[in-house]
Amino acid sequence: MSLRLFVAACLVPLAIFTLAFLALPLIRLVQASAESPAGWQIYLQILQTPRYLETLLNTVLVSLAVSLLALIISTTAGLFLARNQFFGRGLLLSVLTLPLAFPGVVIGFLIILLGGRQGLVNQLLPGHVVFAYSLLGLFLGYLYFSIPRVLLTVMAAVEKLDPALEEAARTLGASPMRIVIDVLLPGLAPSLVAAGAIAFATAMGAFGTAFTLATNIDVLPMVIYTEFTLSANIAMASALSILLGLVTWSLLLIARSLAGTTVPAGG
Amino acid sequence: MQRRLTWHLQLWVTLLTAAFLIVPAIQSILAGLTVNYFRGLSSGLTLKWLGQVWELYADSIFLSLWLAFTCLIATLVIGVPAAYALARNPGRISRALEEFISLPLAVPGLALALALLQLYGTMKGFRTSWAFILVGHVLYTLPFMVRSVLAVLAAMDFKTLEESAATLGATPFTRFRTIVVPNAMPGILAGALTVVTLSIGEFNLTWMLHTPYLKTLPVGLADSYASMRLEIASAYTLIFFVMIVPLLMAMQWASARAQRIAQ
Repeated sequence: MSLRLFVAACLVPLAIFTLAFLALPLIRLVQASAESPAGWQIYLQILQTPRYLETLLNTVLVSLAVSLLALIISTTAGLFLARNQFFGRGLLLSVLTLPLAFPGVVIGFLIILLGGRQGLVNQLLPGHVVFAYSLLGLFLGYLYFSIPRVLLTVMAAVEKLDPALEEAARTLGASPMRIVIDVLLPGLAPSLVAAGAIAFATAMGAFGTAFTLATNIDVLPMVIYTEFTLSANIAMASALSILLGLVTWSLLLIARSLAGTTVPAGG
Repeated sequence: MQRRLTWHLQLWVTLLTAAFLIVPAIQSILAGLTVNYFRGLSSGLTLKWLGQVWELYADSIFLSLWLAFTCLIATLVIGVPAAYALARNPGRISRALEEFISLPLAVPGLALALALLQLYGTMKGFRTSWAFILVGHVLYTLPFMVRSVLAVLAAMDFKTLEESAATLGATPFTRFRTIVVPNAMPGILAGALTVVTLSIGEFNLTWMLHTPYLKTLPVGLADSYASMRLEIASAYTLIFFVMIVPLLMAMQWASARAQRIAQ
């Protein structure tokens, strides 16, 4: 067998699998979205129905807030861990990156342990403090799985920064605040934008956490799920998931062109 | 003075974040081992809940292990030769193909599951078998295997090695088996650990694809969170942690090693 033929044969299993289980199903999904009486107008219908618009707005706002807070927290912690050597640093780093492999459902349960009816906060504080099933609970759940991803991206970027720049700024008399604003943040900017986009895209599509917590909250993955299972509105579920897929996919494309690599998604 | 202040601020943000992540995980471990979580640790420690989880959900644990194993085999068979072919012909078409098979990383599992259900949902024999869930898992984990192997292959000069073997009369398959695979091993190992870790934890696709008789570990977890007492849900989560945490650590170690080789 010639080399060309062998190399081509190496691609055959991938080609068959991808065609049968990725390309064709996605084409079917697009077709299915137009199979309601509304036809392709269904995409217009999303924009005209207040419930869907509100859901979109909710999802975008929560994801945006999560990404921003995850960026602030992870940049602070990432810079601290990258620039300081101390006892217990390795342990701290493990704790901060461990949730990377937790599925969204488990994170939802952990938030219930914090803020549910039998939760830690309800036991410690006087009165009845239950927030797990509110927007705050969902927000904390998304934050929980965003922090490790953003932290890893930020720390990889910090390691590539030239410490000499910071030293130069310090010898020239710059305050720590000025160093952060004028030296560190500009250097980290591309990675921060990329990490933020990853966090945003993951939060937009997070189903597991929403499934455990968001019984009363309309976020996009939950609405798609209920449209499909309860209302059997398959065309709308398909149209909404195509919309969601397009948003997350384009965001991650931007993120990758800025930072080079992405940290495994999940949730 | 200001320097100390920023340092302390950073320290506290880091510590508080770590506490936010670890405290509920510890709570969950303790809850799975205490007699009555509401009365606290003073009610005593017990393995009773773990035993009940085993009775109720042992099937889900075995199904998850089986799926992870078959998913690993499938991604090895599909992914390793494909990564070799892509490394052999770097260029725009290879980039586009890599981009396309990476779609499941960017498109939420819910959307992919809907797509699979609509195309294959009516094929009853396939729809209700474990192979249907396997397809979802392979779809989601395959890009990790391909990229991990590709990164190692792209960084080394395997073409020259292959050429010298070719002049000695080795066939393309022999070269693949004796040169490409051994050299790509760090990437294959990192990819394999990632595939197994992600497969065991996969929920988004699996929830849509599973049937009542085929519950994986995360699906069983969701079930127990909704319908079981807190101690059983926690004990079940504890079993999940015991499985996933060593895998995650091995995965991070192997990925760091593969990355060092790829640079």
